[in-house]
Amino acid sequence: MMTDFFLKLRKAGLPVTLTEFLTLLEALSQRVTAHNIEEFYYLARATLVKDERHYDRFDQVFSSHFKGLETLFHEMIGATVPLEWLHKLAELTLSEEDKQLIESLGGWKKLMETFAQRMAEQEGRHQGGNKWIGTAGTSPFGAYGYNPEGIRIGQETSRHRRAVKVWDRREFRNLDDTIELGTRNIKVALRRLRRFAREGAAEELDLDGTIRSTARNAGYLDLRMVPERHNAVKVLLFLDVGGSMDDHVRVCEELFSAARGEFKHLEYFYFHNMVYEGLWKDNRRRYTEKTETLTVLRTFGQDYKLILVGDATMSPYEITYPGGSVEHFNPEAGDVWLNRLLAVFPRAIWLNPQHQNRWSYIPSIQMVRELMGERMFPLTLEGLEQGIRALQRAR
Amino acid sequence: MSPTRFSGTDRYVATDDLMMAVNAAVTLGRPLLVKGEPGTGKTQLAEEVALALNRPLIQWHIKSTTKAQQGLYEYDAVSRLRDSQLGDARVHDIGNYIVKGKLWEAFTHEVQPVVLIDEIDKADIEFPNDLLLELDRMEFHVYETQQTVKARYRPVIIITSNNEKELPDAFLRRCFFHYIRFPDKETMERIVRVHYPDLKKRLLSEALEAFFEIREVPGLKKRPSTSELLDWIKLLVAEDIPPEALRGDQHKLIPPLYGALLKNEQDVHLFERLLFMSRRKKD
Repeated sequence: MMTDFFLKLRKAGLPVTLTEFLTLLEALSQRVTAHNIEEFYYLARATLVKDERHYDRFDQVFSSHFKGLETLFHEMIGATVPLEWLHKLAELTLSEEDKQLIESLGGWKKLMETFAQRMAEQEGRHQGGNKWIGTAGTSPFGAYGYNPEGIRIGQETSRHRRAVKVWDRREFRNLDDTIELGTRNIKVALRRLRRFAREGAAEELDLDGTIRSTARNAGYLDLRMVPERHNAVKVLLFLDVGGSMDDHVRVCEELFSAARGEFKHLEYFYFHNMVYEGLWKDNRRRYTEKTETLTVLRTFGQDYKLILVGDATMSPYEITYPGGSVEHFNPEAGDVWLNRLLAVFPRAIWLNPQHQNRWSYIPSIQMVRELMGERMFPLTLEGLEQGIRALQRAR
Repeated sequence: MSPTRFSGTDRYVATDDLMMAVNAAVTLGRPLLVKGEPGTGKTQLAEEVALALNRPLIQWHIKSTTKAQQGLYEYDAVSRLRDSQLGDARVHDIGNYIVKGKLWEAFTHEVQPVVLIDEIDKADIEFPNDLLLELDRMEFHVYETQQTVKARYRPVIIITSNNEKELPDAFLRRCFFHYIRFPDKETMERIVRVHYPDLKKRLLSEALEAFFEIREVPGLKKRPSTSELLDWIKLLVAEDIPPEALRGDQHKLIPPLYGALLKNEQDVHLFERLLFMSRRKKD
């Protein structure tokens, strides 16, 4: 049962290793927990999951794997509830309508089956953590669904005052990196770029190191060199505004504010749908104060990393044909300009707030992706991290 | 005999999952890595564990310049060089110039200590990797004197991280992990009670209401945390603010002494604007 659980976790994409699994077994054999599934859940989580972003995925696997085994745990501690109790409790707590409903469903036995079925259905489409039935299908405490407060019968702990199992509440949903972004999360992701700072050839005299090694050498001079510190990562951020991007304003704002705090050298420009000959810095004065793209190409050096943010959702003409832009007449096509940019800034990525599932249905996304040499990433934490990694790899 | 299980202290409210993680780490003698929002009591956890288990606490605060080696020992070559030029006899024994680090101290302690490695993510990216073997085997080798320092008792090691850097997988594999979630209202009430047992019930519930309302405000740059709530309540008590001042008609005014909760001016502006808007809606 444990090995299956381990394999399931791995299948769900959690980076669980054998060492950690063995640690869990060791902890179990040392009796860190009593036979209580809640404690076991906490122990397993502390041992196997090393990143809060994976908590949600872990909860899901745990829930599906140990569904039903819960009863087993209760049997172990001898807390099974006889069916009569349930009947009695039903007398006390259920209203007349409820009782009639039970009758109409064909009595208790049938009711249990219906429950199991209903819960299986519900698994598929519950949203936002507002599940009204939170426990496993074979739990003997089936009355939950009829009493919204959730009745805890025969269970030894009422101290939590909650009917829904911890792992079924899925409180860590928004820490899963495929779902939601917050400014802080983005900052953490962007900070990965910082690592870049100290690489390079050893060409600076390390004074402390020299003194240390000279002293160690009993006074004979021993010169030490260290790589020069490039403390500032330089980033050029191009943001798509307006039109289809309106749906994604919030994520982009968050990305932008996080990036602003994180980099010393950050230059940003706006564009609409596709980069053409002009960019602008202030969206309100986009028609009067344009910066020529050529100027941008000349001003910023190769050491800048280019991050384009846009949904790349447009008509293919806007990419391939001169005059294809929706706003003005562009003498040169969008792909020409994008290629120019890429030639000057070889380290470039495109972040797309559009959900990745939909990319393949939109031809323009495919085209931009090809132009970018596949370096398009979804604007989620995971995508951002992949993107940053791609930026760090020298071409 | 000191107790071997941790179940919170009278100053610190530990949730079930946190207790489990601490106890697992204590029992198996492995490090416990604690993450969580700032101000949720990560650093304090080590102090409280030491207190509850009645063990000495050794703190090692990490800075961006801290090297792993400094936790083990340092060889003070410069003073040896100086001594050699002065003809000091001490110079012949290299052991005189070995300065013990925090981990050495912990390894040779007479009783099993609790070690806090605070904010490990502040250090260089290689830092955790450099400590892998030391934390795993709880021993290290001193090259200068050719001696091996081995832990008498495996210390309870608690490591905190603010998530500024990813920690290497090899390091994570060797730790237990716990993420301190932001406390819910109930837990929060217990936490405040622990700190201010004499607090009037009404003031407490009004203050918590206001606090969670502020946390709910979308788009705040920095959401107030537990420690800020505690500071705020301290101020409220010191200034003798009546509970009515915090009550329901909050839509009319910003809570008193909000400076303890909102730490930058954009947040204050945002909050004021929202209050203004909600007041207009009401009128």
